[in-house]
Amino acid sequence: MNRLLWEKENNMIHDRYQLAFKLYPYERSTDQDADAPVRHPVVVMGGGPIGVATALDLGLQGIPVVVLDDHEGIGMGSRAICFAKRCLEIADRYGCGQPMLDKGVIWNLGKVFHDDRKVFEFNLLPEEGHKFPAFINLQQPYFERFLVERVREAQASGAPIELRGKNRVDDVTVHDDHVTLEITTPEGPYTIEADWLIGCDGASSPLRGMMGLDFEGRVFEDSFLIADIKMVNDTFPTERWFWFEPYFKSGASTLLHKQPDGVWRVDFQIGWDIDRKTELQEENVRARLDAMLGEVDYEIVWTSIYTFQCRRMKKFRHGRVLFAGDAAHQVSPFGARGANSGMQDVDNLGWKLGLVIDGKAPASLLDTYDTERVFGADENILNSTRATDFITPKSKISHIFRNAVLDLAEQYDFARPLVNSGRLSVPCVYDGGPLNGADALPGGPSRTRPGSPCPDAPLDDGYLLDQLGGSFVLLTIDAEAPDGLEESGIALRRVALSTSGAASGVLAERYLGEAATGVYLIRPDQHVAARWATFDDTATRTDLRHAIGLE
Amino acid sequence: MAELTLTPNLDRPDDFYAELIAAHDGLSEDESAAFNARLILILANQIGNTQVISAALRAATKPDR
Ligand SMILES: Cc1cc2nc3c(=O)[nH]c(=O)nc-3n(C[C@H](O)[C@H](O)[C@H](O)COP(=O)(O)OP(=O)(O)OC[C@H]3O[C@@H](n4cnc5c(N)ncnc54)[C@H](O)[C@@H]3O)c2cc1C
Repeated sequence: MNRLLWEKENNMIHDRYQLAFKLYPYERSTDQDADAPVRHPVVVMGGGPIGVATALDLGLQGIPVVVLDDHEGIGMGSRAICFAKRCLEIADRYGCGQPMLDKGVIWNLGKVFHDDRKVFEFNLLPEEGHKFPAFINLQQPYFERFLVERVREAQASGAPIELRGKNRVDDVTVHDDHVTLEITTPEGPYTIEADWLIGCDGASSPLRGMMGLDFEGRVFEDSFLIADIKMVNDTFPTERWFWFEPYFKSGASTLLHKQPDGVWRVDFQIGWDIDRKTELQEENVRARLDAMLGEVDYEIVWTSIYTFQCRRMKKFRHGRVLFAGDAAHQVSPFGARGANSGMQDVDNLGWKLGLVIDGKAPASLLDTYDTERVFGADENILNSTRATDFITPKSKISHIFRNAVLDLAEQYDFARPLVNSGRLSVPCVYDGGPLNGADALPGGPSRTRPGSPCPDAPLDDGYLLDQLGGSFVLLTIDAEAPDGLEESGIALRRVALSTSGAASGVLAERYLGEAATGVYLIRPDQHVAARWATFDDTATRTDLRHAIGLE
Repeated sequence: MAELTLTPNLDRPDDFYAELIAAHDGLSEDESAAFNARLILILANQIGNTQVISAALRAATKPDR
């Protein structure tokens, strides 16, 4: 008998991993005692960062949502450490960006080495006038904990979110208008139904398997050994250091990066043909670390070996089932595009599903989740595949070219843009997206064209992004417009700004460019839907209807 | 007089690099070397100016470390 079946028959669920934080211990739900399966509007399968963020998005809209996870909290060991600006902005919209920022380590400087030489250094040169920096480093368990803490806070003020720990989904039946889920708990199995099921069950998604769905892409034949270490007297600066073919021979490439709590991420590329068990023995991990660090005292916090793939599902929507995060797409870690892109999935899906459930938008609006996020996933896969090819060249000639680039980059500026140790996550612009409307702001900046995520800007009190999101917004800059407008059941909220304030030079630069006035229609996920020089009632209504899939 | 450009000049560096590496897919080492030779000759003709090419040859020579 296989393990799952055995566990099922004996009412047991074994942890597949150790917990860092136990945050949602198993509790009996009244659903388990119901005579007939209880129907929920939305069930989320998987309580990783993407599942919990999905619950927050929907719950804060007042839509009841149940999250099922087969563990009782957050796994030990940090996988993700780099969280990008857009990801933090999304978290901030949900009300938990600040604790992440407070805990995280901000970094701007990166150095690239080859053998024993510094090739060059780069500065992310953060642009002024944003609430969030380009990146913070933060252990994934903290990122997830802040999300769960925000759920608790939201629940306390009435958000209809339920997190059910040790609830493992073992089977689903997908119907035309709902999904039936078979769940195993420590107290036995039960069944529930969902109008909508969101699959956030990670890269090896059991849900994909249950539904017999594809997950195609490229496997990279290389292994990476992670050691998160605490240095006793750390003299290393808060910078990202990346070695190609390091002189200390601890790996074909090595990354050193700082995290909070005095912890450093060290990541060694150790080849494909390895024995995991041997490599993970402490003395062997220490041998690699000692060669690299020399006479430094450190404590090993966590080690792990990972291999990776760049792949995605063909479609993220399958009728009443939608996939998000690693379940839908997987990338190599170079570029930090995993969790960062999963959060953009949530951002995109949340408001669309909300409108569909409220009956304000047709279900076909959810097909645009598929179009837009597949587009985003392809961009991420392309970038992380290229970085991986550069870091781990797979043929002699690509190795020769790679090292030629590094040699030249040491001396000549021109070769530096070719060095690729990861193109760090930037948000996706939905160019040509199905919901985009008019781009009718002559002289308007390219970065705020329809499809773009709104760049932040300082206001006299606070930041622009604090004013946007959660609902459709009509942003007017030095332009006249009515204060409230309703169309097809959607209340369009006006945010009226002028460029006469002290901080408004940046606003004008990012939103007006050469134009004198500007009017933006902004989606609940803070992406630009359309823009004009002046307000036009008919045009606004048309593009609003278009943005919710009505025409 | 034309000068050798050693500052970034490629419009889309990552696209260029990916295409370059992909062009070698499936070639043996000898075939790759021959491909590179043909490519250099084509690019040299595009540059056209012998002075610039001489400067490029010097730039490509590995300095003693
Ligand atoms: C080494 C490494 C470094 C990384 N670095 C970065 C980085 O710097 N930045 C970044 O953005 N991303 C990074 N990532 C990627 C990031 O870790 C993932 O993208 C992220 O965890 C995906 O979140 P998720 O919620 O989609 O899936 P997961 O975190 O995998 O969560 C899935 C959840 O579903 C649960 N589950 C599974 N099966 C069932 C079931 N049958 N029933 C109920 N629940 C179930 C699991 O227990 C789990 O809690 C890195 C990944 C690795 C491996």
